[in-house]
Amino acid sequence: MAQKPTVKEVLFNPVFDNNPIGLQILGICSALAVTSNLKTAMVMAIALSLVTAFSNLFIAMIRKQIPGSIRMIVQMVIIASLVIVVDQVLKAYAFSLAKQLSVFVGLIITNCIVMGRAEAFAMQNPPILSFWDGIGNGLGYSAMLLSLGIVRELFGAGKLFGIEILHLAKDGGWYVPNGLLLLPPSAFFLIGLFIWALRSWKKGQVEQPTFRMAPQVSEKEAY
Amino acid sequence: MSSNKESTVRTLLVALSVSLVASVFVAGAAVSLKPVQVENRLLDKQRSILAIAGIGGANLSSKEVKELFNSRIKAQVVDLTTGEYVADMDPITFDPLKASKDPKLSRALSGEEDKAQIKRREQFTTVYMLEEDGKTTALILPIRGYGLWSTLHGFLAIKPDMNTVVGLGFYQHAETPGLGGEVDNPKWKALWPGKTLFDEAGKPNIKIVKGGVDPASPEVGHQVDALAGATLTSKGVDHLLQFWLGEQGFGPYLAKLRNQGV
Repeated sequence: MAQKPTVKEVLFNPVFDNNPIGLQILGICSALAVTSNLKTAMVMAIALSLVTAFSNLFIAMIRKQIPGSIRMIVQMVIIASLVIVVDQVLKAYAFSLAKQLSVFVGLIITNCIVMGRAEAFAMQNPPILSFWDGIGNGLGYSAMLLSLGIVRELFGAGKLFGIEILHLAKDGGWYVPNGLLLLPPSAFFLIGLFIWALRSWKKGQVEQPTFRMAPQVSEKEAY
Repeated sequence: MSSNKESTVRTLLVALSVSLVASVFVAGAAVSLKPVQVENRLLDKQRSILAIAGIGGANLSSKEVKELFNSRIKAQVVDLTTGEYVADMDPITFDPLKASKDPKLSRALSGEEDKAQIKRREQFTTVYMLEEDGKTTALILPIRGYGLWSTLHGFLAIKPDMNTVVGLGFYQHAETPGLGGEVDNPKWKALWPGKTLFDEAGKPNIKIVKGGVDPASPEVGHQVDALAGATLTSKGVDHLLQFWLGEQGFGPYLAKLRNQGV
């Protein structure tokens, strides 16, 4: 980063150009687990965005004081405290959702996106910009989570936010839901398809092959 | 503050102050939100009692749950050893789980007795009755026992014949999501209503069967499918039912009700 990034850049770049799930392939675990319906996906997206934003803010505020030798631990302490507070708030005001999200709220602590932004961005940039960077990456994560949630809940259960959209065959309608979409592995396929679509649209995200086959080598020998 | 940022003293100082601020922050949040959370947990328990008794869906608002619970459910404290009701104990304030940790109100179970792996059993517990026009239509018993990772806390609702299941469910556990956690799956819970718990001699006879129940078997009314991929959780549920329906559990109480009627 030669030039100072602007607020607009840090806020919207992570949505399509540098999506934490799509390009950096971070935070996959929770993206598989909580997207079987839109409601949990949304709560998780909001929780993660807030944690990333505030951890970035606090870490950037004390970035000049943090000694290099314990910087990771200091980051962890701040992130973990924020996650506990989010968990407590959810338990107090959205008990049934907190029950459904179960361990995944606690696991925001280990979500690579939070740690990655703290280490890569907040340690070098001023607090307000870091805060927006956190929100931006949260938006990128949310965009992916919500698209997954929409596809999975709509075609897996015929509903959105628990409200029936496609009339199900078992209640006398026409739509036979695809049960696979409600299981976590389906999110893998969907994320793969999303990444494919994203990279066909923005060719710059396509990675260089890690090796190139020498001429005169048959495919069998290469492996 | 121009001293060397990397010095040992500075490192310790930063670590200490960050931990201090973070712990005050976390403790403050936990303490201030506690009352709301306790209220929520109570409500969740009442909601699950209603659901297991078969009269309340999960969609009720918290106000409806409270109203329905207060109007339809009656709670009473029972002495598990004698099976008698205890009139001078308030079922609202009495906490059986707390009592199970108090040496004065509970006793340790020996290895052989302790099928449900709960270590101590309380002397008194609270049972709930579902009432309709002044008549008891279901009895809701608290049950608990160890699965794979955690103690499962739940309720078993039975009909006044003291034999037929109305519903079974757990409101608190920490089993593996997707495997043992499927004890919460409505499809699995729907297997329970209608099953019978005792044989003709009055002995507990309910089994969780691996590989599916054979519908042609004469025991079909006493058997329930195990959870796929969750052998230990299924076993835990099986064992806790054996325990709570047996002599150490609600055996004496149920025997008394069978003789005298509800």
